[in-house]
Amino acid sequence: MSTLEIRGLKVSVDTENGAVEILKGVDLTIKSGETHAIMGPNGSGKSTLAYSIAGHPKYNITGGTVTLDGVDVLEMTVDERAKAGLFLAMQYPVEVPGVSVSNFLRTAATALRGEAPKLRTWVGEVKAAMEALSMDPSFAQRNVNEGFSGGEKKRHEIMQLELLKPKIAILDETDSGLDVDALRIVSEGVNRAKEGNNIGVVLITHYTRILRYIKPDFVHVFANGKIVEEGGPELADKLEANGYAEYVTA
Amino acid sequence: MTTLATNYLTPTGREEAWRFTPLKRLGGLHDGSAIVSDRHSLTLNSNPVNGVSFALLTAAEVNPISESDDVIVARIRDLAKEVSVLTISANTEVAEPILLKRAPGSLDSAEFSRVLIRVENHARATVIIENTGDTHLAEDLEISLAPGANLTLVSLQEWESKSIHAGRQHAVIDRDATFKSIVVTIGGSLVRLLPTVEFAAPGASCDLLGVYFATSGQFFEHRMFVDHKVPNAKSRVNYKGALAGDQAHTVWIGDVFIRAAAEGTDTYELNRNLLLSDGARADSVPNLEIETGEIVGAGHASTIGRFDDEQLFYLMSRGITLADARRLVVRGFFNEIVSEIGVDEIQNRLMDRIDAELAKAGA
Repeated sequence: MSTLEIRGLKVSVDTENGAVEILKGVDLTIKSGETHAIMGPNGSGKSTLAYSIAGHPKYNITGGTVTLDGVDVLEMTVDERAKAGLFLAMQYPVEVPGVSVSNFLRTAATALRGEAPKLRTWVGEVKAAMEALSMDPSFAQRNVNEGFSGGEKKRHEIMQLELLKPKIAILDETDSGLDVDALRIVSEGVNRAKEGNNIGVVLITHYTRILRYIKPDFVHVFANGKIVEEGGPELADKLEANGYAEYVTA
Repeated sequence: MTTLATNYLTPTGREEAWRFTPLKRLGGLHDGSAIVSDRHSLTLNSNPVNGVSFALLTAAEVNPISESDDVIVARIRDLAKEVSVLTISANTEVAEPILLKRAPGSLDSAEFSRVLIRVENHARATVIIENTGDTHLAEDLEISLAPGANLTLVSLQEWESKSIHAGRQHAVIDRDATFKSIVVTIGGSLVRLLPTVEFAAPGASCDLLGVYFATSGQFFEHRMFVDHKVPNAKSRVNYKGALAGDQAHTVWIGDVFIRAAAEGTDTYELNRNLLLSDGARADSVPNLEIETGEIVGAGHASTIGRFDDEQLFYLMSRGITLADARRLVVRGFFNEIVSEIGVDEIQNRLMDRIDAELAKAGA
């Protein structure tokens, strides 16, 4: 049982016109096995929250705390956060030329498990994860995210979620750019990984359509750098009907 | 032995061809002050194969197949009494790579070496030249590809740290012949190579690939010249370099000349450099001179960049340490070209050496 606790998190980024505050005091608690949907309009700071927790160097933490099972996450390097059990599925996964998916996955698994996975079982593990996401076996020999379609990038992210088995996973707009079939396959992957490993999931999204496949326990509305309303799944229905207008103009 | 002509040619460093080279570090290869040895360090290191011969012939028996205005080549042609000649006879297809090795030399005296690789009509082979140990070497390597010949030439500069190597690798490519060259320069104090090509007849093609990795104090220069003087030839150049550590310096010059007669030319050259630390310097100068507009294509690109923070973040967000992430990115950067060698043992050795250089540089 793990708990990610975010308290009063304030984050700014440096711009030509000086530091601009993006997150203005975020409070959120995620426990193993829970699914939290964070919904909000573009530019509200949802992705900043995701990248700040993962430790992207662009974001300056100016206040608040983030702890995983009581341990300070903000003091950790990016790789230490992953080793502690955090995972970020990125909206725009990065190309790494010349590094094969197979090599990348094995290097990551070795880093996270503390020892190289046994080759025989590992090959089977990767094969099963790829099949489950309807990915062609040749995928493993391609370079990481290079020339991937939008859907392939997202499948690759969720394949990592299944293989790397984090405690808490933050999925940043995993639904964007997916057609209906791909959305279903990717969502099933998330559900499988969650059920199999009791992962706590934070689902960041602009739209409600992914919530038809991944059922949230809690819905948080994010606007202007903070959480402005919280509730159960019924809150998503309200957003579906009314949009974000009332939060943006407030 | 020096002649008035070569004296006259002695570069001062102001010439275009020499403006990047630290002449003092050539150990006198360029100005006649080097002590001349009679070493012949190049040996055949693979099993004899039918249709392949390797012999040391007198210089009088083997005329140069090309002209050169390079002063070091001129001195080699004055000084070398013999020529190492590798011949792959007509219609011979050699499955396994032919391995040539330079036996360790000396830093106290210089070897002025002429080498000729002859690939006769429709012969096909891969030749790998392994350069290791200490050396002070001036090299005039000529490669002749007869009509329909196909040669892959891999030249590995894995020299020890004090070595000096100035060489020209000039290919003359006849009709419908295919030349692929892979140059790897990762060892030595100063390495200056001139991978050059002239197309002697239409329908020929060349693929000039290379990687270099310079660390503190190393100077590596690769000065390409592709002479499109006949119609319908195709050339591709792709060199990738990385630099780490104080005073690491690399130079890449890509000269492509499309003469008026060279209609139907198709050429593209690319040079990418990865600066892994402060204090290193990469020069990259593509030059395209075009005398006819009737061509298929001509282009070039050149970049000098640093580690991509987004790549490192992505890898680290999967638990990979910064040092390992950098190693992966550098390996990936070089992999595109190193994997073209096609010999696992050599590829692994080169990648391990690159890892070690990277670790040593602390980049």
